Amino acid sequence: MRGLSDRRLAWAFVAPALAVLALVALFPLGWAAWESLHRHDLRMPWLGRPFVGLENYADIAADIRFRAALGHTVFFTAASVALEILLGLVLALAMDRTFRGRGFVRAALLLPWALPTVVAALLWRFLFDSQAGIVNSILNEPLVWFVHPFAAWVPVVLADVWKTTPFVALLLLAGLQGIPRDLYESAAVDGVGPWTRFRRVTLPLLRPAILVALIFRTLDAFRVFDLIYVLTGGGPGTATEPIALYTFNTLFQNLRFGYGAALSVVVFLVTFGLALLYIRLLRRQE
Amino acid sequence: MKRVLPVVVLALLLAFALFPFLWAVAASLRPEAELFRGPSLLPERLTAEHYAALFEERDFWVPIRNSLVVAGTTTLFCVIVGSLAAYALARLEMRGKSAILGLILAVSMFPQISIVSPLFLLLRSLGLIDTYPGLILPYLTFAMPLTVWLLVGYFRQIPADLEEAARVDGATRWQVFTRVVLPLAVPGLAATGILTFLYCWNEFLFALSFTLGPERQTVPVAIALFRGQYQVPWGQILAASVVATAPVAFLVLLFQRRIVQGLTAGALKG
Repeated sequence: MRGLSDRRLAWAFVAPALAVLALVALFPLGWAAWESLHRHDLRMPWLGRPFVGLENYADIAADIRFRAALGHTVFFTAASVALEILLGLVLALAMDRTFRGRGFVRAALLLPWALPTVVAALLWRFLFDSQAGIVNSILNEPLVWFVHPFAAWVPVVLADVWKTTPFVALLLLAGLQGIPRDLYESAAVDGVGPWTRFRRVTLPLLRPAILVALIFRTLDAFRVFDLIYVLTGGGPGTATEPIALYTFNTLFQNLRFGYGAALSVVVFLVTFGLALLYIRLLRRQE
Repeated sequence: MKRVLPVVVLALLLAFALFPFLWAVAASLRPEAELFRGPSLLPERLTAEHYAALFEERDFWVPIRNSLVVAGTTTLFCVIVGSLAAYALARLEMRGKSAILGLILAVSMFPQISIVSPLFLLLRSLGLIDTYPGLILPYLTFAMPLTVWLLVGYFRQIPADLEEAARVDGATRWQVFTRVVLPLAVPGLAATGILTFLYCWNEFLFALSFTLGPERQTVPVAIALFRGQYQVPWGQILAASVVATAPVAFLVLLFQRRIVQGLTAGALKG
């Protein structure tokens, strides 16, 4: 070890991790892009794997189920992220003001965030179950939530809000605690009311933290899979099917690997585009 | 009013956060027939039958063992390999550092679904479908970036003077790393290991795609695929959910402060 220069040592330290990432992430991504240019149907191995150019992408452009799935994903992302940021902000402000029992509160909030998404989905399916669920026994007119194309979204969005608002709140709380206290005091001296203080002091200073929470949540919500797979299975029919689930079904139910690969490349490009957009926004902030 | 409002808001949100889980714990202790008669606040009779059935009829030990093996191995591998990389990225002089960090962050944002098809074909050609390595390898895609990212943050917090002092005393870089930096980083390594373990324990899509049957299914997959003969076996599903959450809850309670630090630091400094 003594013979190595610092720079060489640094590369020797980084190399194994980079090799792992190249093998399990970059190489498969390239493979998916290549695969997406072929017709590859595992149900019909005798057809082989002919090169078809961009045919799969042309098919996606005309695919009604894909367009619907994209719509569902955008709707789910917009609805749940908006609610999460709003509720998370309220929660963070409340936590910032109270001091007693903060450790307990934090642990209680971390629980929904830390448990498996599959478990969260099952808990909410149980709450909304048509026979055993508590929601229907509170409502006067019981509803079979999971057979109604729009009502089925209610438990889905609620479960996501329940699971991820704590994360948003903790991120925003960290941001709130970074705001110098004397700013509030000087605002109080100037006789500014709480609402104006919130709008003029808290919100602008909290904007970077809100943006970070927005980035993480949007990218996460956009690839939603576990929650919907377990809660509704994408149903009734395909009324709640997001693009990740459509891609999964194309791959593992229909075994259309070429088309599935093209779908997954589209998902990747959309996510990547969103990430770039957000990074640009974040840079402009700074 | 000024003091009461935040407390009330907090109490309401806490109830919202805890209720579904407490409700599930209570329901998992009620007999099946009572569950389908509709919810009630007080169970007529408490029973552990669902927990017993879980282990006696459904062999729930198998998915627990699978999850422990896969999450444990992935975590151990990532912490070892990741701490080397993270130390170099946090402390050593090298070119292209920010490009490497950017790459790691980009990989951590990969949608899992976009690499599931090539990973399936890769694992199939290697004969690794429905095996432990067939889960551990894919898990590295999200676990490795997470570990490196968190550890870079922790290593940066360790005061550089200590390392310089050791260097002056004639220690090599390697000795500095193993004798000075690593012992100081133990809390950070532990927190990183816990978070990585949690992500692996909870993972669903890869485990669903790359296993074929109960022999190698992990806990989330096993629970999601529970089926009853006539109706949804809610009692057992909820009991299994409680069992799957127990280690998570335990780790969270024990290490909540460190987890929050790791999470928020990782996100806000990014």
